[in-house]
Amino acid sequence: MDKVKVSGKKNKHRVLMYALSTCAWCKMTKQFLRDNEVEFEYVDVDLANEKDHEEIRKHIESKGGSPSYPTIIVDDKKVITGFRKDVIKEALEI
Amino acid sequence: MITLESVRRRAEADAKTYGYYLHPDQTFLNDLLEGLRKNEERYGYPSCPCRVASGNLELDRDIICPCDYRDPDVAEFGTCYCALFMRKDLFEGKTPILPVPERRPKWKQDRAYAVKPETQPEKPMETAKAVSSEPTKVKKKLWYCKQCGYVVFREDPPYICPICKAKREMFEEIPIPELPKG
Repeated sequence: MDKVKVSGKKNKHRVLMYALSTCAWCKMTKQFLRDNEVEFEYVDVDLANEKDHEEIRKHIESKGGSPSYPTIIVDDKKVITGFRKDVIKEALEI
Repeated sequence: MITLESVRRRAEADAKTYGYYLHPDQTFLNDLLEGLRKNEERYGYPSCPCRVASGNLELDRDIICPCDYRDPDVAEFGTCYCALFMRKDLFEGKTPILPVPERRPKWKQDRAYAVKPETQPEKPMETAKAVSSEPTKVKKKLWYCKQCGYVVFREDPPYICPICKAKREMFEEIPIPELPKG
């Protein structure tokens, strides 16, 4: 699966974001992470192939999340669904 | 060619008809409209920019903008799921615009991920295609609104009657007698 890597100074946590290329909330979340200089990787699910789709869904669900976007997975453990600023800030310690 | 302007005009007209407002932040609004435009271009219909579409009209019908969930979401949370449409108090900044939880039933969301998990591992593409065509069979039924008589031929009745605003509970199925085959 092709992930886009965004470099940042804050790389204490491994941050993976599943997003949609058409979604304004996802775009806002990406910008929020960039503005806070968080290092993260993301996948635009709507641009991924069918096989990756299923892998993504399974990944999110295995961490206890639901496949809606944006979904952020921190350190392959904590799942954050939606652009919830306070929750993201707390989880990423920013 | 679908233009951003035509998508905008359609959204504005719809908001006006239903007494809603479009997102006040022009950048955010433009991103949503551009998402709708892109979806209409690639799928042939403007499915919700914030949801995964299958590309199959029958499976995506409920998330074509304005989606089935808009009216109940605006009523409960003040905005629809993607925040394109909202109530006046949110538009005016009197109430904060927050993410709305997904109302779309999980089994409908799952259908967008065409390949079933148990058949997924390392199968050749042809098999995967054969499996993925399976969930496209949507059983449509006839429903009528007991309040105003509006009739709709779909998988489920709407959450709110588009004509008289009656709730889903007011819809009843119209039995369709099975025609003899051949």
